Amino acid sequence: MNTVPDRIPAPSPPTRTGIAIIGAGPAGLTAAVTAADAGCAVCVLDLGERPGGQFWRFGPATGDGRFHHGWPAFTALRERFAAHVAAGRIDYRAGHAVFHVGRPRDGGVFRVHAVADDRRREHAAVEAAAVVIATGAYDRQLPVPGWTLPGVMSAGAAQALLKGSAVVAGRRVVVAGSGPFLLPVAAGLAQAGARVVAVVEAGQPLEYLRHPARVAATWRKLPEAGGYLARLARHRVPLLSRHAVVAAHGDERLHSVTVVRLGPAWERVPGSERTLEADVLAAGYGFVPQVELLAEAGAGLRAAAGEGAFAAVVGPDQQTTVPGLFAAGETTGVGGADLARIEGLIAGRAAASAAASALGRAAGNAAGALGHDRRTDRQRAALRRFAAVMDRVHAVQPGWTGWPDDDTVVCRCEEVTVGRLRAAIDLGADDVRSVKLLARPGMGWCQGRICGQAVAALSAKHSGYSDHEGSAERDDATQDAERAVSRPLAQPVPLRVLAELATGDADSPD
Amino acid sequence: MSAGRSYDVVVVGAGIVGSACAYFLARAGLTVAVVERGTVASGTTGAGEGNILVSDKEPGPELELARLSNRLWHELGDELGPAAELELKGGLVVAAGPVQRKQLDSFAGTQAAAGVQTRPVAPDDLPDLEPHLAAGLAGGVFYPQDMQVQPMMAAALLLRLARDLGADVHLRTEVTGVQTAAGRVTGVRTSRGVLAAGQMVNAAGPWAGALASLAGLPLPVLPRRGFIVVTEPLPVLIRHKVYTADYVANVASGSAGLETSTVIEGTAGGTVLIGASRERVGFDRSSSLRVVGMLAGQAMRLFPVLAEARAIRFYRGFRPYCPDHLPVIGADSRLPGLLHACGHEGAGVGLAPVTGQLIAQVAAGQAPSLPLGPLRPDRFEELASA
Amino acid sequence: MPEHPRPRIDITVDGVAWSVPADCTIAAAFTEHGQPGWRRTRRARPRGLNCGIGVCFDCLVTVNGMPGIRACLADARPGDVICTEEGSGFGEHRS
Repeated sequence: MNTVPDRIPAPSPPTRTGIAIIGAGPAGLTAAVTAADAGCAVCVLDLGERPGGQFWRFGPATGDGRFHHGWPAFTALRERFAAHVAAGRIDYRAGHAVFHVGRPRDGGVFRVHAVADDRRREHAAVEAAAVVIATGAYDRQLPVPGWTLPGVMSAGAAQALLKGSAVVAGRRVVVAGSGPFLLPVAAGLAQAGARVVAVVEAGQPLEYLRHPARVAATWRKLPEAGGYLARLARHRVPLLSRHAVVAAHGDERLHSVTVVRLGPAWERVPGSERTLEADVLAAGYGFVPQVELLAEAGAGLRAAAGEGAFAAVVGPDQQTTVPGLFAAGETTGVGGADLARIEGLIAGRAAASAAASALGRAAGNAAGALGHDRRTDRQRAALRRFAAVMDRVHAVQPGWTGWPDDDTVVCRCEEVTVGRLRAAIDLGADDVRSVKLLARPGMGWCQGRICGQAVAALSAKHSGYSDHEGSAERDDATQDAERAVSRPLAQPVPLRVLAELATGDADSPD
Repeated sequence: MSAGRSYDVVVVGAGIVGSACAYFLARAGLTVAVVERGTVASGTTGAGEGNILVSDKEPGPELELARLSNRLWHELGDELGPAAELELKGGLVVAAGPVQRKQLDSFAGTQAAAGVQTRPVAPDDLPDLEPHLAAGLAGGVFYPQDMQVQPMMAAALLLRLARDLGADVHLRTEVTGVQTAAGRVTGVRTSRGVLAAGQMVNAAGPWAGALASLAGLPLPVLPRRGFIVVTEPLPVLIRHKVYTADYVANVASGSAGLETSTVIEGTAGGTVLIGASRERVGFDRSSSLRVVGMLAGQAMRLFPVLAEARAIRFYRGFRPYCPDHLPVIGADSRLPGLLHACGHEGAGVGLAPVTGQLIAQVAAGQAPSLPLGPLRPDRFEELASA
Repeated sequence: MPEHPRPRIDITVDGVAWSVPADCTIAAAFTEHGQPGWRRTRRARPRGLNCGIGVCFDCLVTVNGMPGIRACLADARPGDVICTEEGSGFGEHRS
């Protein structure tokens, strides 16, 4: 095909709305419904084909909420959402991959650019007076030998198969990693008929939670955990703590894993290796907030739990350091669905208020009204305390860097091994940026989302240099974050779509 | 940093030019220290495509530099090994229409007369070289001598070779001042102590002007921002470096406003790099979707098959340029002991070896391989008053 | 699992007719079919579902001629023609 495609779409004018909300999980949906209740025009852009994000991922086959916790809340919210959509108050764009959020002029509108419908990949642009970014988080995976084998997936992937498609990931499943998320994943699989061979938790939650302050922060969540534990006990699923899966074995697909006991810093205890047969390994070590759009929009970021993870800095109204730009849910720090809903509520109110002010009229809510109140503050604070305790219980310890060997792939996209990282370090690379330039991890499709934290930890280990202890200029995480997570294109964009941004004032005033 | 150690030369900057200087200086038997405030290839080199071109050089000092450097790269390629990804891929310059073709042929004629290998390509023969080129172009000129290298690896490998030859390398060390006595350079002050040396080389890229001012000397090196769009890994679609005939005019332009031309090539990893833009906006690191959009559109029109290829990232770099678009290479007559190796604009990678060789010759008191008059650091005052 | 048999749809994978559950993602369809790997990297290593939520780009397939589609996000639709990918993906197919 040597001629220019005869269908170069003339760029259609952007959709103008009051608030653009990116993400239709608990935070995004709540923000959307709240803002629409306040009379604001809302446009929701979501990557998935159905609302719910990951926490509330569902499909027609699971629409009765059989695998979900907190289902009635979601159903109620979905009904309100659908009503607003039907009434034209919410413009709902499923299957939209937002690749850029920017503000051409200070104090002007925001422009949101997306690739719509992966099967057609058209350009969609939305102009909004305020934006709420609720793009959630994704599982943190730690590279071990064999982790790229088919059958090895994140804990979230096993959950998405079950909740979204009512498909069980495999017959014999090992659920491994660290964090409260392992329990619902294992319980769901067991309930669906999979043989859950073991739940392998690297931390020691029961020991850690003995402290009174931690008990106070977590006791409300005990019934939920208790429910999962009871179900796992019914299915006779062994629970191992202070253990980890350090290798996956197989040729074309997984057939077994190696489990070891861990010391306090997560170092392998020699001689403790055991083999478990499994055709699925569902592994996750907590979550990493997806903040690329925020970073590129200039929002201030702080270090989140775990090396190389960042979260948006927000004020009491969920506003970021960029006026008119809000963040809610996991993007402000991993904390679960309930916290995401509270933050979505606050952000929705505050964004509606900001949009109304910007548009010069009161809209239901008086312009300038606050998003938060004493009640939401209390709930949010309590849930954040719980999240902080969970972060510490399940913090990734540095000994994991001894699990991969030189042949272990670290960057899945570019197939860069630990050995190649070390060769780059031998040549003088020390920080993540120079390691990336020389060995190319993080230069593939996912742009370092999956491997970024591992590359940071392994680079620091082998070079002795840590990005966090750089020169005096780096006194807040925003600079580190810019280097680590700044992605001018948050999603891959066909050149045909990018070409449409050449005209007009797509960005900087020039 | 050991007190009391004295060097023949301190090189400031561990990008491709600084690393090449360190290598050639060490090879010439001089004692060398390299000082770099980041790490290897932290600056413009990290944003480079790795161009080693003769095709875009006007006959004159820059073309002579490029021809010699091209030969030196061949020799260096063996020393650096396959990790540097040095590829003799050749460059194809295409003309959009008959007017551009005529200009291109005339330009290529002057280059051929100066010793560059050129091969005119008729419109019908373009698909033999590049099967995916758009139809309707007016032919072009092929330059078999053009090459590509992985610039960061090349810089890192050169630095390691320099180390093997005895050079001391101080990374994450900032230069804070130039020490002089009796009107001569006696050392370089850094954040970790003083490096005593009778000579120093300014290879600080777009910050070369700032470094020169530490010595109290004006040097008009300014940044010219460029964006590069990177696609997802693709099967081999583009075999050579391909660019449109307006690229040369843009390089030579003094305009501060945005100029774009189409420059496209594949890489060993399968991604396609798309450039090129030039703007004088200081060190503005903000993203410009409009410029990126223009680059994408131009690429699509030249290679329609790329329309559905996806960009996975784009990045910006700051080319260090001088008002007359020639680099600054050689001794600064205003301060004995101060040498400059900077202002290479978009040709830093291509011209690094010849720069290193010339600097080593000057530092060792030998006759330089090429006349350095047009490249001398103090030429700008004369230009300004001319 | 579900009490009543689930509705199924017909798709084609690498030229072979498959019956897969309705309302499931393409990745889920492969999984249910017993094929956890459906892609080869540039170094010919097998890959399939990894992150499950559209972040990692391991699960890419070509659907109705459009390459590089994330199988974990896209629902399988009746009549879909799916080709597995190898190497760079963009137009590189096994069948």
